[in-house]
Amino acid sequence: MTTTADKTPVTTDLVTVTIDGLETQVEKGTLIIRAAEQVGIEIPRFCDHPALKPVGACRQCLVDVASPGPDGNLRAFPKPQTSCTTPVSEGMVVHTQLTSEEADRAQKGVMELLLINHPLDCPVCDKGGECPLQNQSMSHGRGESRFVDTKRVFEKPLALSSEILLDRERCVMCQRCTRFSKEIAGDAFIDLQNRGAMQQIGTFNEDVLGFSGYGPVGAAAEDEAGNAFSSYYSGNTVQICPVGALTSAAYRFRSRPFDLVSSPGISEHDSSGSAIRTDHRRGKILRRLADNDAVVNEYWITDKDRFAFAWQNQPDRLTRPLVRKDGELVEVSWPEALEAAAAGLKAAAGTSGTAADKKAKGVGVLPGGRVTMEDAYAYQKFARVVLGTHDVDARTRVASDEEQAFLGANVAGTGIGVTFAQLEKAPAVLLVGFEPEDEGGVVFLRLRKSQGKQRVFTVAPYLTSGAHKLDATLVPAVPGREATILDSLTATTDAFKALKGPGSVIVVGERVAGVEGGFTAVAGLARRSKAAVAWIPRRAGERGALEAGALPGLLPGGRDAASAAARKEIGAVWGIEVPHGKGRDADGIIAAAAVNSIDALVIGGVDASDLDADLLAAIKTAKFTVSLEVRRTSVTDAADVVLPVAPPSEKSGTFVNWEGRLRSFSTAIPTDAMSDHRVLDLLAREMGVDLRTGTVESVNAELASLPAAAAGQRPAAPTVAAARTTVKAKATGVDALVLSTWHQLVDEGSLQDGEPHLAGTGRVAVARVSPSTARRLALTGVVSITGNRRASMDLPVVVTEGMADGVVWVPMKSPNSWVAEQLGANAGDTVMVKGASA
Amino acid sequence: MTELTPVLSATWGLERSWNFDTYCANGGYEGAAKAMKMAPGDIIQAVKDSGLRGRGGAGFPTGMKWGFLPADDGGPRYLVVNADESEPGTCKDIPTMMNAPHTLIEGVVITSFAIGCHHAFIYVRGEVVHVLRRVMKAVEEAYDNGWLGKNIQGTGFDLEVTVHSGAGAYICGEETALLDSLEGLRGQPRLKPPFPAVAGLYARPTVVNNVESIASVPPIIAKGVEWFTSMGTEKSKGMGFFSLSGHVKRPGQYEAPLGITLRELLEMAGGMREGHELKFWTPGGSSTPIFTKDHLDVPLDYESVGAAGSMLGTRALQIFDETTCIVRAVERWTEFYKHESCGKCTPCREGTYWLELILRRLEAGQGTRADIQQLLDTCDSILGRAFCALGDGAVSPVASSVKLFREEYERHVDEAGCPFDHAKSALFAYSTSADSLTGARSLTSAEEAHA
Repeated sequence: MTTTADKTPVTTDLVTVTIDGLETQVEKGTLIIRAAEQVGIEIPRFCDHPALKPVGACRQCLVDVASPGPDGNLRAFPKPQTSCTTPVSEGMVVHTQLTSEEADRAQKGVMELLLINHPLDCPVCDKGGECPLQNQSMSHGRGESRFVDTKRVFEKPLALSSEILLDRERCVMCQRCTRFSKEIAGDAFIDLQNRGAMQQIGTFNEDVLGFSGYGPVGAAAEDEAGNAFSSYYSGNTVQICPVGALTSAAYRFRSRPFDLVSSPGISEHDSSGSAIRTDHRRGKILRRLADNDAVVNEYWITDKDRFAFAWQNQPDRLTRPLVRKDGELVEVSWPEALEAAAAGLKAAAGTSGTAADKKAKGVGVLPGGRVTMEDAYAYQKFARVVLGTHDVDARTRVASDEEQAFLGANVAGTGIGVTFAQLEKAPAVLLVGFEPEDEGGVVFLRLRKSQGKQRVFTVAPYLTSGAHKLDATLVPAVPGREATILDSLTATTDAFKALKGPGSVIVVGERVAGVEGGFTAVAGLARRSKAAVAWIPRRAGERGALEAGALPGLLPGGRDAASAAARKEIGAVWGIEVPHGKGRDADGIIAAAAVNSIDALVIGGVDASDLDADLLAAIKTAKFTVSLEVRRTSVTDAADVVLPVAPPSEKSGTFVNWEGRLRSFSTAIPTDAMSDHRVLDLLAREMGVDLRTGTVESVNAELASLPAAAAGQRPAAPTVAAARTTVKAKATGVDALVLSTWHQLVDEGSLQDGEPHLAGTGRVAVARVSPSTARRLALTGVVSITGNRRASMDLPVVVTEGMADGVVWVPMKSPNSWVAEQLGANAGDTVMVKGASA
Repeated sequence: MTELTPVLSATWGLERSWNFDTYCANGGYEGAAKAMKMAPGDIIQAVKDSGLRGRGGAGFPTGMKWGFLPADDGGPRYLVVNADESEPGTCKDIPTMMNAPHTLIEGVVITSFAIGCHHAFIYVRGEVVHVLRRVMKAVEEAYDNGWLGKNIQGTGFDLEVTVHSGAGAYICGEETALLDSLEGLRGQPRLKPPFPAVAGLYARPTVVNNVESIASVPPIIAKGVEWFTSMGTEKSKGMGFFSLSGHVKRPGQYEAPLGITLRELLEMAGGMREGHELKFWTPGGSSTPIFTKDHLDVPLDYESVGAAGSMLGTRALQIFDETTCIVRAVERWTEFYKHESCGKCTPCREGTYWLELILRRLEAGQGTRADIQQLLDTCDSILGRAFCALGDGAVSPVASSVKLFREEYERHVDEAGCPFDHAKSALFAYSTSADSLTGARSLTSAEEAHA
C-alpha cells in the first residue's frame, strides 16, 4: 500500500440533490460532476480535472438540471448545463445521459464534433487502450462518423521540449495542459495559439503563429534551457492529456498499455516520497506515472520522478559480485565474494582472531543518502555490531555536528511533524537553504497551491525563478552568513511578523549544515516566532537514515550515541554492548582513510563526484574497500570487493519522507538482485554475526520493538554561534567571490543517467553574479571559476538583479558545472572568478 | 406611418459634426451638466424608468444592469464601453463614433457618475483605425474642456477614460472575452458566474455597455424619461438605429422608434434596387434567423421580432433580392463564424468548421440530400451547447435558411451546381471566374492556416 487514503473532509454544510433518481447529500458547492461520482454515476468529460479550476471548454459533460425557484417549484434550465462547472444547490434534480434523452443527445453531438477532426490513428497512438476519448467515444459516441470532408492536419509531432512531443491534430483543446502549466506548475511556456479550428497548443513558435519579429516576454521568456517548454513538471501534462496529443519522447511508440504490468511504488528521487506507478513489460520498465496520493503528492510528480528510471538498467549494471585478483576485478560467486569481503573487513576491524588484530585501525561505513530505511538500519547495525564502530554516516553531502545535534534533538524519532497539508495551509513559510523547485520536487507544487494565500520568504543569495513563481520575498544572504540573517529577523522585520501567524513554517534544507550556527539560528527563530520547523533534505534516504541511526552520533530513533542509557537500550535489543566513543562523520571517515587512520571502507550508494572530499584517493589509500552498488562506478572500480545490490524497482522497503511519513513500497520487478540489508546480513553471517536484517520484515519488526527514545536519551539541541566571518576563507584576493551552489532538479546526477530526453529539459548551467559584482570584476560573456583544486569551470555569466554582492552562484552538478569535482569546494567557500579575457 | 427620429444622428449632417464645438453648439453636454446635479441613484432610476434596453443585441434593460453592481466597498468599479462592432451587417456604432463621438463620451460621463466609476474604458474594434483616431481625439477634447479628468466642471467628480484598440477578433465583442482582452489576456469568454457586475475588469464590479446604449443616456437625461418613452412600443421604448444594407436603393442608418417595420424602412430607403424584389433579410445582423417578404410588416421591436422567430439583435437589416443564392449567402456568413470562432469550446469550434465544409460542397454542387439533414443535425449539436452566444448565432442563418428555403438547397443537389448567376446579385462589376470560393477545390493547408 503506497497511497494513503484521503481523510473524509469534515462537512458542515450539506445539500440534498437527486441525480438520476438517486437522492444524496453532498457538500455545498460541490460540482454536479463530482456529486455524480459520489453516487457512482460517471458523466463523460475531457476538460474537467479535479485538481484544475473548472473551464467548461469541451462541453462533453452536459446534463439536464432543474432546481427549485423562489416559489419552491422545480424549474428546469432551458438547455443542458455543463456538470463540470455547475455547483449543486439544495433540491437540485439532475438527469445525466442515463436518464435524460436530451442530455444523451447533447453528449453524443459533442462527441461527434470532437471526433470530426480527430485522426483515427488509435492503432498507432500511445494513448490507445487507455484513452479517455477512445473509451468515451465507445461508451457515449456514435458507431460511425458522418463526417466525410477533409480533416484538419498539422505537421507532427511538434517538439515542445526534448521530452514532450505534441501531435496537434489529436488535440481536443481541453486545455488541461495549459491550465496545469498556469495553475499548478506556474510555467507559462505553453498556451493556446490561433483560433477556431486552427486553435492549437504551442510554445511561442513563429512558424506556427505565422509572423515574426516578436519574442516571448515575461514569465515565458524566463527559459534558461533554451527550450520553450522548460518545466520540471511537464510530464504531468502527458499524463492528464485525455487524448494522445501529448506524448513523451521516452515512451512514444514503445508499448501498448494493455501489455504493461503496473506496480505501485515510491519515487527514489527526492525526500517527498511521491507515489508512483511503474509500468513494466517482461522485466523492463517502460514508463513511470504519478499515482494519486491526496496527502503527499496529490496528482503530480516531477519529471525526474517520471522519466529518470533508465539509470538502473544501463549496460554497466552489476549482476555478479566482483573481487579484485591480481589487481583486476573479476566476477566471482557470491560465497567467494562474501568470504573475501568478510576476511578483509575482519582484518580491518580487528576481529580476525590473529595477532594483527591489535594493529587494526577499524572500518568506516558510508551508506549514502539514497537507500531505504531498512538498508540504512542494516548499515549502521553492521557498523556498530559487526565492526564495533560508530564510524558510519549516510550524509555524503555537506554535514556538521551541529546539524546532527539539531536532527537528533528535533527531527529523528519524532514521527510525522510538519506535513504537506500544513505546509499548504501555513500563512507564512520561511525557506532557509532550500530551493523548493530544485530541491523539493512536489514541495514546490504544494507551496504554489497556496499562492496568494501564503507569504513565502526565502533566505538565499538571489530570487530564483522557482521562488519567483511562489511570489517569494527575498531575504538576501551571502552563503555562510545565513545564521546572522536569521538572528537579525526580529519583531520589526516583515518576515518575522509574518512567521508569527499561527501555523507558519520554517523550512530548512540540508545545505544549512554548511552554515556555522545555521541550525542553532533556525531553532532560535522557531522559538521566538513559534513557527514549526520542517527539515527537507534532498535525497530520498536521508530521513530514513536518520531514523535508522545511520549517523555517527545517533542510534536508531534519535538516541544519542553518547548516552549510556540509549546505548544500553539499543544494546539490549541487539544483544551486544554498543561501542563507546565518538564516531566520525563522512568527511571524517574519508579524511581518516586518506591518511590510513582507518583501514577499510564499506561504501553503499555513494557517487564520488558528489563529494568535495576526495573519496577515490581515500579508497586508494585504504587497505580494503567493500562496495555495495547497483552499477559500476568509480567507487566500484577502485574497490576490492563489489557486491551488487538491487535498485529500488527490484526491491521492497521504506523511504521515510521529509514529513516523517513511512512510504513503504513492494517489489515492482522481481529479480534475484538483493537489497543492501540482505547483502549486509549475509556478510555479517560470513563474519560470524547474525545481523537479523535478512528481510524487510525482520528489520521492521526490530525497529518496531524499539520504544520511543526517552527524553534523556536524545541529544541536546545545538548551541553554535553564528559565523563571524563571511567565509571559510581559502582563497582571497580581488577576484574571490563566495560560492553559492545547489543541485538543479534536472542535472547530471547519476540517477538521471541514460535519459537524454529528460536531460534536454534541464537548465543550462550559468554563473550568476550581482550587477555590481559583475561591474567590479568586469564579468561578461564566459567566466572562468577556480576553486580549491583540480580543474576550472568556464560558464556563461548571467547578471542577476537583486542578488547579494560578492557571491557567485553556479549549479552543483549540471553540464560543465560539477562543483564538487571541478572546484573541490562547497557553498560558503571562496572561489576565484575571472572574466574570460583576463 | 412612422417618422424618423434623429437623436443620436441629429448632428451628423453638420459641418465637422465630430468637433466638440459643433457638438456643444447643438445641445451637447447639457445632459451631463444636468446629470451631475442629480443624485447618482436618480440617474439610474431615470434610465430604469426610460425602459432603455441594451442596444448591443441582447436587449437587456440597461438600468437594471447598472443596478446589479454591489454596494460601494471603496474599491474601484469600472465602466467598459463595448465598441467592438464586428457582426456582419451591423454598422451603427462605428458611424456614431465617426460622426458624433461626443455623444458617446457624454454618455460615459453620465453613466460613470451614476455608477461611481472613475475610470472608464472604450474598447474599439481593432480594424477601424480611423474611428479609433476620432474617438481618441474626442476624448482629448473632452479632457481639454473639463469634461474628463480631475474635478469635472468643478463638481469634484474625477473620471479617466482609456480608449483601447482590439486586435481583430469578433469574440472580443462578447463582454467577458472583451474584459480578458482588455486585461491583456487571450480573448476568450469567461466562465460565468461571477458576472462582470460582481467581478469584471480586474476582478472588480464592472458595467459593460454597447456604444449606442451609452450614447442614448444623455438625451434621456436631457429631454426626460417621458420624451424617451413616448417613442417605441410598450416594452421596447425609445429610438434606435436601423442599418439597411444590401439590395436597397439608399442603404444607411435610419434612426427611428422601435416598432417600425421593414416595409416602412424600405420606403424611406427608396425601395429595393430597380426591378428586383425582396427575397430574404436579416432583422438583427447575420446571427439572427432570417426573414422573408412574409415578415415585411413585423414591428421591429424586441417582442414582435422574437415572436416571429428571430431576434431584433443589432437592427442590422441586410436586404437580399431574388438574384441572391441563399446557399451562397449562408456559406459566406458561416465562413465568417468559422473564421471567428475563438476555439474555446467544442461545438462552436468544430461545428462551424463542419458547417462551412458542407455548405461549400453544397454550393459547389457536390452535396447530397443527406448533407442538408446533416446541416440541421450539426446546428442542433451547436445550439444551446456552446460556451457563449457566438455558437448560437452561428447556426441562426443555417437553420433558418434550410427551414425557409429547403427547396433551393435541394436544387443545388439535384442540379449538381448553383442555379444562380452570381454576377446578377453583385452591385459592382463581377466575374464568376475569379470566384474561387465557389470552386470545388479544398484550401491548401497553408491557406487554411491563414484563413
